[in-house]
Amino acid sequence: MSGQMSKEALLKAYRKMRQIREFEERIHSEFATGEIPGFVHLYAGEEAVAVGFCEHLSNKDRISSTHRGHGHCIAKGVDLMGMMAEIYGRKTGTCGGKGGSMHIADLDVGMLGANGIVGAGPPLACGAGLASKLRKDGSVSVVFFGDGAANQGTNFESMNLAVTWDLPVIFVLENNGYAESTSPKYTARVGTENISDRARGFGMPAITVDGNDFFAVYEAAGEAIERARKGGGPSFVECKTLRYYGHFEGDAQTYRPKGEVKDARANNDPLKRFAAAVVAADLIDSVELEKIDKEVRAQVDSAVTAAKAAPDPDPESLFTDVYVSY
Amino acid sequence: MARKIMFKEAINEAIRLEMERDETVILMGLDVAGSAGTGQERDSWGGVLGVTKGLYHQFPERVFDAPISESSYIGAAVGASACGMRAIGELMFADFLGVCFDQLYNQAAKFRYMFGGKAVTPVTIRTIIGAGFCAAAQHSQSPYSIFTHVPGLKCIVPSNAYDAKGLLATAIQDDDPCIFFEHKALYTTKGDVPEEHYRIPLGKANILQEGKDVTIVALGLMVSVATKAAKQLEKDGISCTIIDPRTTSPLDQDAIFSSVKKTGRLVVVDEDSSRCGFAADIVAMTAQEVFSSLKAAPQMVTPPFVPVPFARNLETAYLPSAAKVEAAVRQTME
Ligand SMILES: Cc1ncc(C[n+]2csc(CCOP(=O)(O)OP(=O)(O)O)c2C)c(N)n1
Ligand SMILES: [Mg+2]
Repeated sequence: MSGQMSKEALLKAYRKMRQIREFEERIHSEFATGEIPGFVHLYAGEEAVAVGFCEHLSNKDRISSTHRGHGHCIAKGVDLMGMMAEIYGRKTGTCGGKGGSMHIADLDVGMLGANGIVGAGPPLACGAGLASKLRKDGSVSVVFFGDGAANQGTNFESMNLAVTWDLPVIFVLENNGYAESTSPKYTARVGTENISDRARGFGMPAITVDGNDFFAVYEAAGEAIERARKGGGPSFVECKTLRYYGHFEGDAQTYRPKGEVKDARANNDPLKRFAAAVVAADLIDSVELEKIDKEVRAQVDSAVTAAKAAPDPDPESLFTDVYVSY
Repeated sequence: MARKIMFKEAINEAIRLEMERDETVILMGLDVAGSAGTGQERDSWGGVLGVTKGLYHQFPERVFDAPISESSYIGAAVGASACGMRAIGELMFADFLGVCFDQLYNQAAKFRYMFGGKAVTPVTIRTIIGAGFCAAAQHSQSPYSIFTHVPGLKCIVPSNAYDAKGLLATAIQDDDPCIFFEHKALYTTKGDVPEEHYRIPLGKANILQEGKDVTIVALGLMVSVATKAAKQLEKDGISCTIIDPRTTSPLDQDAIFSSVKKTGRLVVVDEDSSRCGFAADIVAMTAQEVFSSLKAAPQMVTPPFVPVPFARNLETAYLPSAAKVEAAVRQTME
């Protein structure tokens, strides 16, 4: 299960997943108060995917993300205080309050940005992969995208480009069963069960794993990333998962079966499953996990407090950074 | 009989009436019904902001939830329209134009001309524009000028519920490709709208009020901004003509020129980018055509030449406002 993971690594992965969960749950409750502007899409429920991959990556490796990007950011090491401030539209935010939830990026840690355009990530990740290949530094790029994005032409074109140019790119499909209100079952014929079936046709290794099983994701990610680092080209990993909240905050979710989320929270929660596995295997004491939970809660709490207290962006910042020089 | 309904209801009604009258009218887009195939409530969304709600139940054979493949389904709307249908393609946000632009820019727009007048492509693309919701740089733009730039496309930017219904009805039955821009801030605004079917011609401006001092040209949401400014100016004895061209292509130049000939002053209010855009276009053609009538330099009230920012204070500063329009009008009076 966790053969190659040290205790430290396990604790670190758990902390990341907990940070994502706590961050998203808190935004959900704060959004309801009306203080958070704009569109917000939450990643709660899908933590094992982002963390399972990013735990194999360093700052030299790049990821591209989606509209549902908070989890990818946290997993890749974007500062949580800056993220929260960004979501509140503050001067102290990761992007100075100019991007917001859907555009958090931190190139220093290899996070190429959440993205408002569905299907924009795969081509960018190919570019990142090409840069890695030309630099010959063994770095890779990972693109996270959804079952809905899987239908975008950019994605098909990018899979073909990645195999043709032999790029160190890993396509990570987060199949949460919904694209907004529409099921992938209704928008394709190949891949209504496993979207990885489509990727195989492009000539790359493609598998489907249980995206709520951290260890399954971690192992599949390790293999694909290792292959890419060694010059073995692109891979495709589909992770089956579920989002706990609406498509965006405020979505009434009438398209969902009653009890779907409740059932998943009780029986298929990635954090609970992780905890149960490491405790049962005697690798970690549950007290240590609870300590992390507490620390993370305090961390997120202080991020919210700081974000609320932070100043608005300076009015002059409206005009800056359109160009490098002009 | 007229009653008060919302802008988005007026749009829904226009589509419904055209679909009732004409079996070749079809509708496609992301979540335009919503949740098809999940076994739950069908038509759970009716489009991302609920505009097409109910149409699926009335026309299950002619309303299509599309995969997130804008190039493909917007292109299919174009193709179907070139083959006897009147397709309405919904591009959820106009910001997504980049994904499918070729199908409009090089295909729909050019068929008729390139094919020596033999093609008819009566496609209508409906799409959401506008800032004001902190939706940031990729969900807040108003890129109607990009489309206006393209010969072969007609561009419609309604400013109220009555116009929305009448203009959309015309667009759907128009034999040329039409792009219909719906400002998200207008969706819940109400206006008097007749229940029955009616049409408003493309290229015919609406003159909201006539004044003697300054001509203000404004589109979409900016019409209400201009109206607010004009009310304030009225108090100081400055009287404004407000012209809502309703469509940027075709454009009712005569309405603008003849008004400027009377007032000698022009202010254009535009939410799109300030460079090579609608405001610049109106100012340029007015300067060229009625230069001798001008008593002052025409003014453009547009956002600064920057992407739409996220933070609320920056977005407010970004957008044209009644105060900015007022200041521009006063400048022409100096
Ligand atoms: C080009 C483009 N088309 C449509 C949208 C609107 N949109 C945002 S998210 C989304 C659904 C995406 O579904 P999926 O890829 O499965 O990701 P999930 O939301 O499930 O994480 C849609 C249609 C968009 N942002 N960009
Ligand atoms: Mg999805």
